[in-house]
Amino acid sequence: MSQFESVLFSIILLLSTLAIIPLFIRRQKLLIYVTFSLTGISSIFAVLGGLWTVSGRVNQSIILPIGLPDLPIHLRLDPLSGFFLTVIGLLSFFVSIYSIGYIKAFVGKRSVTHLVIFYCIFLMGMFSVVLSDDAFSFLISWEVMAAASYFLVMFEDERTENRRAGFLYLVVAHVGAIAILLSFGIMAGAATGFKGFSGYTFDAMRQTEFSVGWAAAAFLLAFFGFAAKAGVIPLHIWLPEAHPVAPSNVSALMSGVMLKTAIYGIIRVTFDLIGDFPWWWGAVVLIFGLITALMGILYAIMQQDIKRLLAYSSVENIGVILIGIGLAMIFTSFEMPLLSALALTAALYHTLNHAMFKGLLFMGAGAVLHATKERNMEKMGGLIHKMPWTAALFLVGCVSISALPPFNGFVSEWLTFQAFLLSPSLPSPLLNLLIPLGATLVALTAALAAACFVKAFGVTFLGHWRGHHSPHIHEVDWFMRSGMILTAISCLVLGVAPTLVINWIDVLPEQLIGDRIAASAGEFGWLWLTPIAHERASYSGPIVLIVVLAVLLLAYILLHVRKSAIHRAPLWDCGFEKVTNRMQYNATSFSMPIRRIFGFLFSIKEQVLKGGKGGTLHYHLKVRDRFWGWLYMPVADISFYVARKIGRLQQGRIQAYLIYSFITIIVLLVFFR
Amino acid sequence: MRIYPFIIEIFQIAIVLILAPIFIGWIRMLKCWFQGRTSAGLFQPLRDIMKLFYKDVVLAENASWIFRFTPYLVFAVTVLAGGIIPILSVDLPLSATADVIALIALFAIARFFIALAGMDIGTAFGGMGSSREMMIASLAEPAMLMAIFTVSLVSKSTSLSQIVQTITHAEFILRPSMAFAILAFILITIAETGRIPVDNPATHLELTMIHEAMILEYSGRHLALIEWAGMMKLFLFTSIGIASFFPWGIAAVDNLFQLPAAIIFMAVKFCIVGIVLVLIELGLAKMRIFRVPEFLGSAFLFASLGMISYFILE
Repeated sequence: MSQFESVLFSIILLLSTLAIIPLFIRRQKLLIYVTFSLTGISSIFAVLGGLWTVSGRVNQSIILPIGLPDLPIHLRLDPLSGFFLTVIGLLSFFVSIYSIGYIKAFVGKRSVTHLVIFYCIFLMGMFSVVLSDDAFSFLISWEVMAAASYFLVMFEDERTENRRAGFLYLVVAHVGAIAILLSFGIMAGAATGFKGFSGYTFDAMRQTEFSVGWAAAAFLLAFFGFAAKAGVIPLHIWLPEAHPVAPSNVSALMSGVMLKTAIYGIIRVTFDLIGDFPWWWGAVVLIFGLITALMGILYAIMQQDIKRLLAYSSVENIGVILIGIGLAMIFTSFEMPLLSALALTAALYHTLNHAMFKGLLFMGAGAVLHATKERNMEKMGGLIHKMPWTAALFLVGCVSISALPPFNGFVSEWLTFQAFLLSPSLPSPLLNLLIPLGATLVALTAALAAACFVKAFGVTFLGHWRGHHSPHIHEVDWFMRSGMILTAISCLVLGVAPTLVINWIDVLPEQLIGDRIAASAGEFGWLWLTPIAHERASYSGPIVLIVVLAVLLLAYILLHVRKSAIHRAPLWDCGFEKVTNRMQYNATSFSMPIRRIFGFLFSIKEQVLKGGKGGTLHYHLKVRDRFWGWLYMPVADISFYVARKIGRLQQGRIQAYLIYSFITIIVLLVFFR
Repeated sequence: MRIYPFIIEIFQIAIVLILAPIFIGWIRMLKCWFQGRTSAGLFQPLRDIMKLFYKDVVLAENASWIFRFTPYLVFAVTVLAGGIIPILSVDLPLSATADVIALIALFAIARFFIALAGMDIGTAFGGMGSSREMMIASLAEPAMLMAIFTVSLVSKSTSLSQIVQTITHAEFILRPSMAFAILAFILITIAETGRIPVDNPATHLELTMIHEAMILEYSGRHLALIEWAGMMKLFLFTSIGIASFFPWGIAAVDNLFQLPAAIIFMAVKFCIVGIVLVLIELGLAKMRIFRVPEFLGSAFLFASLGMISYFILE
C-alpha cells in the first residue's frame, strides 16, 4: 500500500462509516462504539500515510475525474500536507477513543446520530483540505469543514448561547472564506492573465511569477481569510464563543487541529504558491502574531469558564505559531535560509505540540464537565481527590502549555527564542532594534501562560469545593482516560525526543525554503538539541528528565530512611475558627493583580452593591473584550443600517419588482451588447 | 572518557548545597552587623535546615499529593540548575543540558509547583501568595529575556560556559551595554529571589507575604527542602550574574591547577555580592505590591537601553 492509498483509504473509510450509520440509529450505544472505532482506524491510516509521506519525501499528485465539467479535482500528497495529516490524524485518533466514553453520557438524553454524522464529515473535511491541490477542491473541503463544525457547535441548540455562538462562527467563517476565494481568484487570474479557468490548479499558481501588486493583494487577502479561521486578534471573537459550547471532544478537535488548517493555508500560500515575497509580509505576520499571543493570554487569564479560558489560550498559541512563521518569512526574504528553517521548524513544532496539549486540556475539561456538570471554575475546587487520573493528566497538559521542560511546549518556545536571538544578523538596523522587543513580548506571553495555567489547575483541582452544595463526583471511565493518557504520553515524548521529531520535520523547510537544520540540530546524537551550533545554545530534554527524577528519588529515599510520622491536622486558621471554603482564592481573585496592571486593555465594569437584609454585599465584575466595542459593534451597526436602506427596495408589490428587472435588462443591454 | 569533569561536577554540586545556606548566613550576619545586633553566626541557616529534617511533618487535612511532591521536585530542579551553571569551572558535563533560557525555565518549574502547592490547602494566604508570585514572575520575564539578549549579543551564545569562555578570553573592554545589563540583572534577581524591596523573606505579616504565604503550611522535611532550594536559588542567580558579567577566575577546560584559585575568586566575589545586597536591602523599605511593575519596568528599560547601546555604540 502506498502513502496515497493509505490516506485515500482513510477518507473512503469515513465515507463508508457515514453509509452504515443509518443501520444503527435505533441502537445508539452500538452506534457510538462502531463509528468512533471506525473514525479511530481511519485516523490511524491518515497518520501512517502522513508520517510515511514526510519521512519518504513523497510528492505525488492524482487527478480525480469528478467535479464540475472541465474542472477535475486535483489531489496532492507532499511533505507539507503529510505533516498536517499526521497532526490532524494523531489528535483525531486520541479524541475518537475519548469520544466513546464522552458521548455515551448523552445516550438517553438526546439523539447523538447527527453528532456522529457531522463528526465523520468534519474529519473528512480536514483531511481533504490538506490534500487539495486546486482552489476549487480546497474551497469545497474548507466549506465542508466549516459547515460540519457549525453543526457540531450547534449540537445542544436549545441553549441561546449555543445558537448565538454558532451564528457568529458562521458569519466570521464565511467572511474569511470570501477573502480566501478572492485571493485564489487573483492568483488563478494572474496565472492565466485573466483568461480562462485553467489557472485554478495550485500547480499553475506555483509556476507563475506574480507581479508585486497582485502578489501582495493575494497574500493580504489569504492572510485575512486564514486569520479569521485561526482566530487571529482582532478576528478571534467567534472562537471563545464557539469552542466552549461545542461538546468537549469536538472542542478538542476544533482548537487542536481545525485552527491548524488555517496555519497550513498560510504556509501553503506564502511559501509554496507565491514563493517570493518582500520582508514586510513577514513583519505583518509577526506583528499580528505578537498582538494575538499577548492579548490572547491576557484574555485567557481573565476567564472564569474553564473552556473559554482554554479557547482564549488557543488564540495565544496561534499567535506563537504565527510569530515563528513571520520570523521565517523575514529571514527568507533576506536570504538567510538556515535561520529561516529554524524559525519555520519552531512554528511547525509548536503546531504539533499545541495540537497535543490543547487536545489534552480540552479532553480534561470535558472530563470535569462530564463529572460535575459545571464549567464555571468559581464553583469548583478539590477535584484532585475525587478525580485523581483526570487531575494528573490535566496537570501534564498545564505543564506542557506553560512551556516548562522537559515537556513539549518548552521545546518549541525555546526554538522560537533561538530564532529571535539570531535576528541581530539581519542586515536591517530597524529590524535589529525592533525584533528583540518582539522576543520580550513572547517571554511575557510565556510567563503569563504559566500564571494562567496555575490558575486553571489550582482553582479547578486544588483546595476545597467552592460551590454551595457538593454534587456526587466520580472519575471518568477508561475510554476517556486512555484517550487522555495517550495524548499525555505524546506530550512527554515530543518534549524528550525533539531531535528525532526535527529530523522528521526537516524535509519541510528543505523543500519550502531550501535549507535544513537537522544536520546541526542533531549533530551530537538524539540526546542533545543544538539548533544552529553547539557553541550557540544547547538543550537536552532527556537529561533534564533523568537528573530531576534521580535527585528527586534520592532525596525521597534519604529522607525516608528514618521512620518519621506524618500527622494530619486541620489547617491553620489564625485562631479565627470560621474559615469556610468560600474564603479561598478563586478564579477572579487570582487574576486580580494582572487585571489591575493590564486593565487598560479590557473594558472592565466593577461594582459593589449593598443590598438585601443584614447589609450583604454583592460584587459584580464584567470583563469584556475591547474589540467588541471597537470593531464589531460598529460593523454590525453599519451593516444593519445598510440593510435597512437596501430593504426599502422591497416594496412587496409585483409591479415594482418587474420595473427592477426591466431596468436591469436595459442596463445590461446598453453595456454588454 | 575523561573522569575529571565528572569529579568537578560532583564537587560543584556539593559546594552549591553547602555554600548556599552559608551565603544566606553571611547576608544575615552582615545585616546584623550593620544594624548593630549580634548575629547568629555564619552556619545558623545550615543548622536550621538540619533541625527541620529531624522534625515530624504536619500536613493539612486537605493536602493532596501535589503538596507532598512539590518540595522534592523543587529541590531536584534547583540541584540540576546548580550542576549546569559554571561556578568553579566551565568543564562541566551537565553544562550543555541547558542554556540560560532553559535554565530560567528550570526555575519556572519550581515556581509553578510552589504556586500550585500554595493553592492546594485551600487557605486564602496560599492563593494570595501564588497569585502575586505568578504576577511578579510574569513581569520579570521580559526584562530577564532582554538582559539575556544583550549578553548574548556580545558572546554570540546563550550557553553560560560559552559566555564565560568568550569573556575571559577576549580583551577587557568597558561595554556600556553590559553595564545596563548588570543593572537590569540585579533588579531581576531581587524580584525573582524575593528580596527587599519586592518581597521580604523575614516577614510573616499577612498582607505583605508573597513567597512565605505559599509555603506557610509546610513543616518538617518538606519545609527544609523548600527553604534549602530557596537559598540555592539566590546562590545560583548570583552565580549566573557572576558567570555572565564577572567570569574572571572560573577555571578553564582541563586545568586542574586553576581550581584552588577559582575557589578563592568565587569566595571573594560572593562576599562582595553579599555586601552589595545587604546595602540595597538596608537602604530600601519593602514596596507596595502594585509598585513592583514600575520596579520591573525599570529593569526592562535598563536591559533595552543595553541592547540599544550595543547596536549604536559597539
